[in-house]
Amino acid sequence: MDFEIAMLLGQDGVTNGAIYALLALALVLVFAVTRVIFIPQGEFVAYGALTLAMIEAGRLPGTVWLLLAAGVAVTVLDGTAALRRGGGARLAAVVGWNLLYPLALLALLWTVPTAGWPLAAKVALTLAVVVPLGPMIYRVAYQPVAEAPVLILLIVSVAVHVAMVGLGLLFFGAEGSRTSAFSDASFTVGPMMVSGQSLWVVGTSLALIVALALFFGRTLYGKALRATAINRAGARLMGISPALAGRLTFMLAALIGALSGVLIAPIATIYYDTGFLIGLKGFVAAIIGGLASYPIAALGAILVGLLEAFSSFWASAYKEVIVFTLIIPVLVWRSLTSHHVEEDE
Amino acid sequence: MKMHKTVLAAALGMAFVSGAALADINVGVSVSATGPAASLGIPEKNTLTLLPTTIAGQKVNYIVLDDASDTTTAVKNIRKLVSEDKVDVVIGSTITPNSLAMIDVAAETQTPMISMAASSKIVDPVDDKRRWVFKTPQNDQQMATAIVSHMVDAGVKTVGFIGFADAYGEGWWEQFAAIAEARKIKIVANERYKRSDTSVTGQVLKLYAAKPDAILIAGAGTPAALPQKTLKQRGYAGKIYQTHGVANNDFLRVCGADCEGTFLPAGPVLVAEQLPADNPVRATAQEYVSKYEAAFGKGSVSTFGGHAWDAGALLAAAVPAALKGGQPGTPEFRAAMRDALEGLKEVAGSHGIFNMSPTDHLGLDQRSRVMVQIKGGAWQMVK
Repeated sequence: MDFEIAMLLGQDGVTNGAIYALLALALVLVFAVTRVIFIPQGEFVAYGALTLAMIEAGRLPGTVWLLLAAGVAVTVLDGTAALRRGGGARLAAVVGWNLLYPLALLALLWTVPTAGWPLAAKVALTLAVVVPLGPMIYRVAYQPVAEAPVLILLIVSVAVHVAMVGLGLLFFGAEGSRTSAFSDASFTVGPMMVSGQSLWVVGTSLALIVALALFFGRTLYGKALRATAINRAGARLMGISPALAGRLTFMLAALIGALSGVLIAPIATIYYDTGFLIGLKGFVAAIIGGLASYPIAALGAILVGLLEAFSSFWASAYKEVIVFTLIIPVLVWRSLTSHHVEEDE
Repeated sequence: MKMHKTVLAAALGMAFVSGAALADINVGVSVSATGPAASLGIPEKNTLTLLPTTIAGQKVNYIVLDDASDTTTAVKNIRKLVSEDKVDVVIGSTITPNSLAMIDVAAETQTPMISMAASSKIVDPVDDKRRWVFKTPQNDQQMATAIVSHMVDAGVKTVGFIGFADAYGEGWWEQFAAIAEARKIKIVANERYKRSDTSVTGQVLKLYAAKPDAILIAGAGTPAALPQKTLKQRGYAGKIYQTHGVANNDFLRVCGADCEGTFLPAGPVLVAEQLPADNPVRATAQEYVSKYEAAFGKGSVSTFGGHAWDAGALLAAAVPAALKGGQPGTPEFRAAMRDALEGLKEVAGSHGIFNMSPTDHLGLDQRSRVMVQIKGGAWQMVK
């Protein structure tokens, strides 16, 4: 192995690591606020990438139908509650966001040929379709059991994951897709070539991480989420709605997932079931951070990406084995250094 | 509660009525329409709807179950098909592990089975169990021989290999390495990747560093495009070979310009239009393509569905002889069906001409494969 190969592998590892870092952040966030181990995180990557691919191909993405169906379910759940309490304005908001919004998107995608739009508009449209799925899924699947033990929430996650993969096969078919690159440019830095797309991936990831830091540090909603993560009961006593915190968290998780999908789709072929493995690698990184520390999780993600790149060079048949075996020493080290308090169940 | 019992009784009665039509031939099918092999299983499932519903004056019912590319489910399916639906013959499954697992049940219940999976292990050697098992896709060995012959003719001396880290890649590696060695081609690199991988940079750099004259990518469907795209990106200028696992239009869509000039072996159905007029497969292959595209849209046909079509062709050819041996639904009919399948001669399918024998339950010869090159985003037969 010479210097040039090492640089190329390093670049590859950092690009993938940036995606894993985003997913790891989302996983840590969701777990901290809602105690949900969010296995379907990877599905949002696939949904984001494939929805964009279908919009590019000028076809109606199936995720719009899912959005509509989930919206109807939420409308029924929240609408009856609003009616019972007699809140007219509340009912209007529920119907507006969960019924009219998906219908408007469906009408837009159905009637307007979107294939000729600029890439940025297509990406925005993709996010508009996929991101609201996050809070809707939280409302339908998690909110009714929000106070349940972690194990039950985990089982719900498995169910949501299986359902989303199955729907993905239905929406997008068994074959994979790629989307056109954000940038075809490539730069020569010293001995190596850097592709524009990997700069996009790393740059967007960094920007998103900074934006999240600002959101949590400077805004009221961000502080509310942090408060919920630190002490759920205390936050509730201070008037922070756990349901609102949950929905907001899932919206952020869906946004991060879909954006990761959009970023990675031009450099890798994405399938309806690709998301799971990408999500798992983000999970390894989140575990390195103990499902609590954002900076360590992000560093862990870069480590996972680099480990993956270099092991694919030296021992390609054992790549996944090497990456996932990383969990064992991390868990040993974690259990030796931290004093875990059993959760009351 | 009483109401429930009545409904149940009525439902049972209905079930008996529908099961009572004994003269019908029941064909049980297990395909992998979901799960990792879905891109193969879906066209097969679609093709089943095109198969004849009457053969030799007998009504044929197809009972199609999905095994989700899962071995346990495939075994459960064939058990259910045999015991509950009393099928006379089983078609399936899509992939090798499932088909291998189904052999035991087929032999135990003495039900003839036609597999749509590639491995030669499914029908070779024809022993006490495999007496009951037939298959339609070409062996990997036949395809690997075609690739190696093409390489030798093109003056390739060294070759690099990258394949799936699963049974498909390993199977190809075994076949290809043995044949290449026998033909004095040196293999200078051997790499693996997973179908779900998002990057193969490491493997490709290693292949590139070994500077082979040609590279064989042993992957199936669109995941096989990733190594090729990465190779082109790194500026690899040698010949690139793919396997017949990529022979569908989705692969062309995903791989785009990076696949220009790639060679692969495939069943003749892939280039049905370009076959010479005297080719015996031309007419049947074209018939399949036109029927499939009429039902599922232009450009939707893939070679995988052809294996299901060929299973239907074997059935249609064997049933008239089998009917002389007994009534459908009886063990005698199943035994006669097996004998009839084994005795088939010169049956034209979409992938080749089948000549079965007591020692060969595949029956395909050299006519079942052609070398194809990707030119201008389309499949072009190599003369």
